Amino acid sequence: MLYVVVGFLWISILLYLLLAGADFGAGILELVSSPKSKIITKKLMYRIMGPIWEANHMWLIISIVILFVGFPAVYTVVSVHLHIPLVLMLMGIIARGTAFSFRNYDAVKDEMQLVYSRIFVYASIVTPLFLGIIAGSIVSGKIDPAANTFMSAYIYDWLDWFTLSVGLFTVFICGFLASVYLIGESDSEEQRLLFFKRTRNMNAGAFLSGALVLIAARLENIPVYHWLFGNLVSASAIISALLSLVVFWFLFYKRKSGLLRILAAFQLTMIFVAVTYSHYPNIVLFKNGSSISLNEPGDNHTINALGWALLIGSIFILPAVFYLIYSFTERKGNQFYR
Amino acid sequence: MNDFLAARSQMALSLGFHIVFSCIGMVMPFFMAVSHFYWLKTGNIIYKNVTKAWSKGVAIFFATGAVSGTVLSFELGLLWPEFMKHAGPIFGMPFSLEGTAFFIEAIALGFFMYGWDRFNRWFHWFTGLVVGISGLASGILVVSANSWMNDPSGFDYINGQYLNIDPIKAMFNPGWYQEALHMSLAAFAATGFAVAGVHALMILRKKNLLFHTKAFKIAVIFAAIAAILQPISGDKSARYVAKRQPAKLAAMEALYFTGNSVPLIIGGIPDSKNKKVNYDIEIPGLLSFMVNRDFHSTVKGLDSIPPENQPPVAITHYAFQIMVGLGMIMMLISIIYLAGAITKKKWRNSRWLLRLFVYAIPTGFIAVEAGWILTEVGRQPWILQGIMRTSEAVTPMPGIKYTFYLFTAVYFSLALVVIFLLFRQIKMVGKLYDVPENINLQMN
Ligand code: HDD
Ligand code: HEM
Ligand code: HEM
Repeated sequence: MLYVVVGFLWISILLYLLLAGADFGAGILELVSSPKSKIITKKLMYRIMGPIWEANHMWLIISIVILFVGFPAVYTVVSVHLHIPLVLMLMGIIARGTAFSFRNYDAVKDEMQLVYSRIFVYASIVTPLFLGIIAGSIVSGKIDPAANTFMSAYIYDWLDWFTLSVGLFTVFICGFLASVYLIGESDSEEQRLLFFKRTRNMNAGAFLSGALVLIAARLENIPVYHWLFGNLVSASAIISALLSLVVFWFLFYKRKSGLLRILAAFQLTMIFVAVTYSHYPNIVLFKNGSSISLNEPGDNHTINALGWALLIGSIFILPAVFYLIYSFTERKGNQFYR
Repeated sequence: MNDFLAARSQMALSLGFHIVFSCIGMVMPFFMAVSHFYWLKTGNIIYKNVTKAWSKGVAIFFATGAVSGTVLSFELGLLWPEFMKHAGPIFGMPFSLEGTAFFIEAIALGFFMYGWDRFNRWFHWFTGLVVGISGLASGILVVSANSWMNDPSGFDYINGQYLNIDPIKAMFNPGWYQEALHMSLAAFAATGFAVAGVHALMILRKKNLLFHTKAFKIAVIFAAIAAILQPISGDKSARYVAKRQPAKLAAMEALYFTGNSVPLIIGGIPDSKNKKVNYDIEIPGLLSFMVNRDFHSTVKGLDSIPPENQPPVAITHYAFQIMVGLGMIMMLISIIYLAGAITKKKWRNSRWLLRLFVYAIPTGFIAVEAGWILTEVGRQPWILQGIMRTSEAVTPMPGIKYTFYLFTAVYFSLALVVIFLLFRQIKMVGKLYDVPENINLQMN
């Protein structure tokens, strides 16, 4: 059952990255858009993200619940040492979710719309930035349980060049996911071109910030290179990600949109595979070289019960989620969309 | 403000904020399902308008409820890591099932909100109902986690270790049923009174009469039935508290000394220094009767509890008085309304009755907040009754008062924006949903 639970944790985090990532990305695109394309982005986003943002957001809740029920040691260490970035991420989540809904449901459409929009786009950047920072610091080996000053216990665990560049990388990845996703959803040639352009920019941004991650890792003595190429699985994942990027560029150059989003999701999944596999079963790495392992859950009875709960829950949830996404995705023959 | 107090205040603030939105999120889907049902059955466009207008208002509450709930699931660890380290695996079951319920709720909400004229009408109606059922289920589950904190079970506590964990037994702890019942009724009563009151106000102002009359009637039926059942369930809760948390009962009744034939105290100002209550009304023997169904029985007072284990008396007592007082008022209004409606008396549509409902708009939510303060403050100094103290659970990080200020500012502004948006929605009803109507105020 432990593996079932770990599997669910892994999948929930990945799906959160992909689905909520595209969702954050749509907000990021709004920031970089000209006023006219902003309206296009907004409309498309309302139609596509509106029905599913709450559901996307649930993958985060599921991950958190799995952590605190199954692996309380992980949950508590992270909550204590990464308190500050977590609070900032929460601020982003609050601002984003509420601004998005308020913008849609305000009965009067006046200049308040601008306020909501501004909050929405900035929160769309803050949230993935801090998510990346948090993820980066969990694996960077900077968390110091023996720290005895405020700075070393609560700041330096998460604030360094490495985590900052992981945060930036996450932001660009989100923008990339969203623009690729929206290419397929566009309903005119003009929109398609617009999102092609955005995809190019975001892809370049992700590429550069990815390079920045590697440089910062060197600077901070974090063995990222070893994680990515130190074992067969991770290395092949990274290589297939790179290969698929080449295919992506080729199709992109030909302006073929069909496979693009699958390739983009594939690349992200492979990066995630590479990083998680090279650490597994360790999940939190400490400064003194020790770590918390997923093989040591809080309690075995609880893991069994949790595993069953997740299995039974997913029988209900998975078909419904996919039907939801399917129903609201534009495709030929979906006569309802407008 | 020290960090410990700040952490407690931040928790109280976040939960007190979330509960308003979660009550509305649990209950409004049922109101909408009823009016939606009438629309599908009768084809009367007003019911459709009511459903749609409600659903737009509710969307705002849902989003706020969802984000504040997300914050809570992090806050448990951010503020109480030591507690979560041990409690997580034990009381995690309801949270994992709650996760499932939320997920279903969020999916159904997507179908419902964005699915008008897209799906089969009854499928669409059904998704709305699912929102309500899963919301209610998640409320019940999370309350079961809370009742476990009040009455821990499902593990053995031996030499500071939490052994033989049985998460299912912890979930069905002996208190969950009373607390879940009381909370669910409270959600219906509070939301029902608030909604009914708002529509009553609009009727009094002679705005969109047909619209507001139909909306009022749906809300008031739920509200009245829940408010009449509430004291019965409250009595059950109180007797349970007397059995399992005598310190809480003593504090809420401001009972300083153990005794026989103990009177029920109404109102009053507890004076903990001199261990007496001033300016109260006493009904002889009634507390003994309420706790043990015997006017002469013994009730444990605070003197039976070591001082370091006693909860704050004044806050707990006031909170209890406020809840019960408001509960009695709500029950009375409900009885009057239902009596009028059943016997079809003319005064059931009169202005004074509507006005009563307008005054009662905040009563339910104040009672909910008071009830939770009673439950949570009355458990102090324990975070896990009898096992872990709140002060042992708090995060080691200094400077919590700053996050408390931050959250206070954010929640305060959010509350203002939500109120502002609600005003706008109500003002727009006329523009968006006006149908030519012959003004009559028939309520049946
Ligand atoms: C509309 C709201 C409302 C109303 C009218 C009442 N209550 Fe209540 N009460 C709540 C809303 C509430 C609550 C906020 O929902 C609480 C907090 C925890 C819980 O489960 O319900 C609660 C808790 C609560 C507790 C503590 C339970 C515990 O700590 O485990 C007791 C003893 C009562 N109530 C008793 C009563 C009585 C005797 C009432 C008689 C009128 C009453 N309540 C009306
Ligand atoms: C939503 C309704 C709720 C409200 C309004 C509420 C209110 C409060 C208040 C006022 C406090 C501060 C008590 C004090 O320190 O003096 C508190 C503390 C706390 N509550 Fe609740 N509560 C609610 C539900 C819950 C639930 C369902 C849980 C758990 C599953 C919970 C867990 C806690 C914890 C962990 C603390 C901090 C420790 C403590 O003070 O005992 N609460 N809550
Ligand atoms: C008695 C107390 C509580 C009740 C009755 C309650 C109920 C609800 C309900 C009905 C929702 C659905 C959203 C909505 O309707 O607006 C919700 C949202 C949420 N609640 Fe609570 N809740 C309570 C306390 C808590 C606590 C203590 C936690 C955290 C540990 C929590 C975590 C959440 C989460 C994560 C969500 C977001 C779900 C989403 O994104 O849709 N709740 N709550």
